[in-house]
Amino acid sequence: MAVISDSSNEWELAPPFSTRLKGMFGSTYRAAKRDLVLAAAISVLLVGLFLAVFAPTLARTDYERTDPVNRMLAPNSHNWFGTDNWGRDVFDRTIVGTRMSFLVGFSVTLISTVLGVGIALVISYFRILDAVMMRFVDGFLAFPTILLALALISLIGPSVGNVIIALSVTATAGKIRLVRGAVLSLRESTYVEAAKAVGVPIPRILLLHILPNIVGIIIVQATFTLASAILAEASLSFLGAGVPEYVPSWGNIIATGQGYIQVGFHISFFPGLFLTTTVLAVVLIGDSVRDHLDPRLRGRLKTTAAQQ
Amino acid sequence: MTEPLLKVENLQTQFRTEGGLVKAVDDVSFEVQPGETFALVGESGCGKSVTALSIMGLIPNPPGEIVSGKIEFNGVDLLKLSGREMREIRGSKIGMIFQEPMSSLNPVLTIQSQLTEALRIHTDLSKNATNDRAVELVDMVGIADAKTRMKQYPHQLSGGQRQRIMIAMAMSCTPQLLIADEATTALDVTIQAQILDLMKDVTEQSGTALLIITHNLGIVARYANRVAVMYAGQLREVGEAVEMYTEPRHPYTIGLLRSVPRLDSEKGTPLAPIAGEIPDLTNLPSGCAFSPRCGWAVDKCFEESPLLEETSSGKKVACFEHQSVALNVQ
Repeated sequence: MAVISDSSNEWELAPPFSTRLKGMFGSTYRAAKRDLVLAAAISVLLVGLFLAVFAPTLARTDYERTDPVNRMLAPNSHNWFGTDNWGRDVFDRTIVGTRMSFLVGFSVTLISTVLGVGIALVISYFRILDAVMMRFVDGFLAFPTILLALALISLIGPSVGNVIIALSVTATAGKIRLVRGAVLSLRESTYVEAAKAVGVPIPRILLLHILPNIVGIIIVQATFTLASAILAEASLSFLGAGVPEYVPSWGNIIATGQGYIQVGFHISFFPGLFLTTTVLAVVLIGDSVRDHLDPRLRGRLKTTAAQQ
Repeated sequence: MTEPLLKVENLQTQFRTEGGLVKAVDDVSFEVQPGETFALVGESGCGKSVTALSIMGLIPNPPGEIVSGKIEFNGVDLLKLSGREMREIRGSKIGMIFQEPMSSLNPVLTIQSQLTEALRIHTDLSKNATNDRAVELVDMVGIADAKTRMKQYPHQLSGGQRQRIMIAMAMSCTPQLLIADEATTALDVTIQAQILDLMKDVTEQSGTALLIITHNLGIVARYANRVAVMYAGQLREVGEAVEMYTEPRHPYTIGLLRSVPRLDSEKGTPLAPIAGEIPDLTNLPSGCAFSPRCGWAVDKCFEESPLLEETSSGKKVACFEHQSVALNVQ
């Protein structure tokens, strides 16, 4: 109880932007020190990022070449995660697979956030465009993400780029709906009216007066997009609609192991573990960011902590 | 008499609502002279704020619409200007202060960036010059330690300080007209007086005319030169502020004055509130909108709506019975 209630108000006072940027790492560090789960989640993500960048050079075997003599080996001192049905090292394939997950995850997050926020800001000021666009958004959101992505990929063909495009479409639709709602409510606020009364043009109001107010929800939503995009990429690869089989991806490796689950569960188990851990870490970070950005929730956390 | 700074003529602003057409401002005409303090008084929902927003060109459309009339500012009809031309006037020639100081500043922007916004838009000043001007403005509105304030956020200031910042924002380009829409309603009484004194001071210094919109008759008595009383979207009485108290001519004005406690009344005298309630704006009574609540009403009042007429003493009243009202009051 004491730990949380005497925590200083570093999230509450918003310092100027330059120091805010510097302080972001400092306050993240302080928040992580108080919150071990957050610390663990951040560590997992950092290890993942490291692997995504350096895994191909870290790999000790040629993870794309088959080696039938050593197929289906159980985990041992040389092949830590064992080998698959073609004799490829599962550890190397798994860590290299990190690259695909993070590439797709971060690309989808970036593309959908930029597009979603941009489109939402524009349509929120044009009634007719807004009405038309929102019906499209409703349409996209009516489909399950994976189903829509499968349909799009069967239309444009399986490749990394197309997986990113397919997943970005649905993620963007979700973003548009979220940001549009926030903009519409902020648009009615007195300070936006006050800005209008000073003669601020609409585009400037959107970018300088409204956007900074919704950065919080955009960041939080982005973390959830990241988690679901990583999951969706794995699902698509598992279904064979993602990246080609020889390119390691967690979904591919799990799919490979699926046929041998009774004789060598290690093939599917380890990439599955990586996938679960990564998604869990991202979601936990998102939760934590939301708790810190939402002042009402922050108050509630303190009171529940005080009651305990 | 000099050319009026602001001349509102037969302004009609309407809102289309689910309940029907609301004539929020109905045939309102008044003039504001350069440098004077003009007050628009009336109870909630009588159209004061809509009049102000109409002048600023900030009526949300739909559902609102200015149906007819003229708003001449320096001889230019604001209603005929394009969106861009109107935007250039807002903030530079006409400033506005809103009712809620707690929510009229953007919580995520620094005081400096909000104060310099108008200057950056309307002038060619350099960044340093606008920042210097912002410090000057904060000094002018009487907030200590202006330099430190620049980097602060609205939540670090009190309600009174925020309203001072709003005044500084509205005055940053030295407008010719400052509209204060219930600017002190949300503040406590001691702060109210400070803020009003401040508005009076800064506008006097720069020769800015002040249009005070309020329901507080005390404010009118102390600060306004002239006053217009509004009821159900129409002006009922326009005249010198002092005369409003010494010789009110409209029954509604008299009702308003009687419903305010006075220091010189005998102890224990009950207040005399106006009977009835404000009419539904979608369904106004026929004849004079005030007739159902009026003690002086005669048959004619229920059939015809009186127009604003000039009386012998020079003030304007919209009442058929204003002469008998005058006799009765004196």
